[in-house]
Amino acid sequence: MLTDDMQVVYECPDALTDVITHYCPGCTHGVIHRLIAEVLDEMGIREKTIGVAPVGCSVFIYNYFDCDFAQAAHGRAPAMATGLKRVHPDRVVFTYQGDGDLAAIGTAEIIHAAARGENISVFFVNNAVYGMTGGQMAPTTLPGMKTTSSPTGRDVELAGFPLRVSELLAQMTGAAYVVRRSVHDPGNINKTKKAIRNALNVQLNQAGFSLVEILSSCPTNWGTSALDALKFVKEQMLPFYPLGDYKVADSAKSFIVG
Amino acid sequence: MARGTITIDEKRCKGCELCTSVCPKNLIQMATYFSARGYRPAILVDPHAQCTGCMLCSTICPDVAITVYREMKSRKAQLVAA
Amino acid sequence: MKELWEGNQAIAEAALRAGLEAYFGYPITPQTELLEYLSRKMPELGRAFVQAESEIGTINMVYGAASGGARAMTSSSSPGISLMQEGISYIVGSEVPAVIVDMMRGGPGLGNIAPGQADYFQLTKGGGHGDYHPIVLAPWSVQEAVDLTIGAFDLAEKYRHVVILAADGNIGQMMEPVEMPAPRKIEKRDRGWELTGAINREHRLISSIYLQPEVLHKHNEKIQAKQRAIEQNQVRYHEFLMDDAEYAVIAFGTSARVAHTAITWARAKGIRVGLHRPISLYPFPYARVAEISKRVRAILVVEMNAGQMLEDVRLGVAERVPVSFYGVMGGRVPFPDEVLPEIEKLVNSVH
Repeated sequence: MLTDDMQVVYECPDALTDVITHYCPGCTHGVIHRLIAEVLDEMGIREKTIGVAPVGCSVFIYNYFDCDFAQAAHGRAPAMATGLKRVHPDRVVFTYQGDGDLAAIGTAEIIHAAARGENISVFFVNNAVYGMTGGQMAPTTLPGMKTTSSPTGRDVELAGFPLRVSELLAQMTGAAYVVRRSVHDPGNINKTKKAIRNALNVQLNQAGFSLVEILSSCPTNWGTSALDALKFVKEQMLPFYPLGDYKVADSAKSFIVG
Repeated sequence: MARGTITIDEKRCKGCELCTSVCPKNLIQMATYFSARGYRPAILVDPHAQCTGCMLCSTICPDVAITVYREMKSRKAQLVAA
Repeated sequence: MKELWEGNQAIAEAALRAGLEAYFGYPITPQTELLEYLSRKMPELGRAFVQAESEIGTINMVYGAASGGARAMTSSSSPGISLMQEGISYIVGSEVPAVIVDMMRGGPGLGNIAPGQADYFQLTKGGGHGDYHPIVLAPWSVQEAVDLTIGAFDLAEKYRHVVILAADGNIGQMMEPVEMPAPRKIEKRDRGWELTGAINREHRLISSIYLQPEVLHKHNEKIQAKQRAIEQNQVRYHEFLMDDAEYAVIAFGTSARVAHTAITWARAKGIRVGLHRPISLYPFPYARVAEISKRVRAILVVEMNAGQMLEDVRLGVAERVPVSFYGVMGGRVPFPDEVLPEIEKLVNSVH
């Protein structure tokens, strides 16, 4: 019961607009958007931030943030972000991409952005399917996982094996901070928020390329309830995509909070 | 224990039920009625004022539907709220 | 004061003098000297330079830098331009100004690295998806390439559109005397759409997505209105001995140079033939070609492709007079002594 000696301790961050998202009920894109917005507010950098939206469910991210945004061609957000950052080196530039956008069509762009040590931050949302187009197999779909384009379960004989992006990019010398987190429960959500803040701090201090891979849920296309989807992340995805810090370069160490 | 409460914005809530799974005191349930948007919204059911404003529900809410309040007595608490 | 410049490097220098702020490129013959020149100069001047992972990365870096309000450019050759077409469609769709140089080469496929003009369609008819036509300017000399480059950025910004300089390996690789214009000071001002960080202003969006069909239709009407304005105001062509011409040769770029020589030889033989040389391939000089077709007896089109501009010439001529074609492909460059007999055939065909 709200009494007058109570004060707000949590409310919608300023960096988010009041537009209600189009995401499905329980889709954790919403959580990740909120975390980024909270960090932009806490670091006081909303006004000097430029976001680059992908093609995928989160293409409309630009409707939900009160900062400048560019909407990139499918897979090309890291290239577009490179162009933006090179002409505005004093701005904070981040891309927000799904697994189809980053790990399929955009593989070359993300690898080379990391190889160049591009001073951008990438928030890579891995929910193991192509969401916007209705749940097809993505590069991160688990072996045996049913999707609309692997209807009998991903057959590794035919469709090969999932990409572990964090491990892949950790090899790049130019990558300063590459970590994998998850948002399947409040504890991990808070850890994800720290990682987002670390990534943006690495960028602010010109320490190089930063990427946070975030395991996320897709209740609609997984055909589960929102709650079961988080269970799926925890029980099925985590074993295949272990959480952890895959690269923290020396250049980044002093800008990372544990 | 500091007392607290939450408000849930029925315009934003999509009835995904995630918040009901994290409340340590199971104070959040799904309403039986439908909101204007056609979802059964989550509602706080806290007759004994057990809510402490711990923010677990707002942490997991994908739609920023939950605002959390906490009773502010000590000065330190004021700082937290600032 | 004229100096000898190689085409590719001259264009690069001209872009610098026009205030180029960001260049992104990828190696592909016959334009790579342009990239190499800027790989030294841009860092020297503290301007943005990236050799990207592919032409796809390249065009999207241009898209990014240009969305940030910077004067941005890339250069490539036919196969690379094909890879850039999606990006060009996005850039036009979000009304961002950008300049692209295409040093055309032999195709299709890997083709070869010799000069060609077979990108005419993919450049002028909108090579990517959607209804749009970039402004396409075709120089026939290193000097003209320089002059067109200097003006290209203002033109792109005037219409918030894409300007493509369509030359070929010949123009890119040869050296010619050039009067290099003085560098121009570009005053930076906010034009209300650039992404620079929403400091004390509403946030902005650069995007080409419009989910509602009615809204996208309106957006397309806006782009089509620009195309009409471009067609009204940006037609450019050059003519040689057309005043008393009974016959006309229509050709652009390197083909026009070759035709120019053949025309002088034909004139020496008493044939009253002239050259009409479109410089703007889009907007194509339909009206002028129509006028010519009312005054001459026949027209010969010469191209280094299988007949692409030929179709636009036919549209302008509307069957008033016969239009014949001489084309060479595969990276071949025609010689004047191949074109002269075609002019003579033109005369004989009319008698």
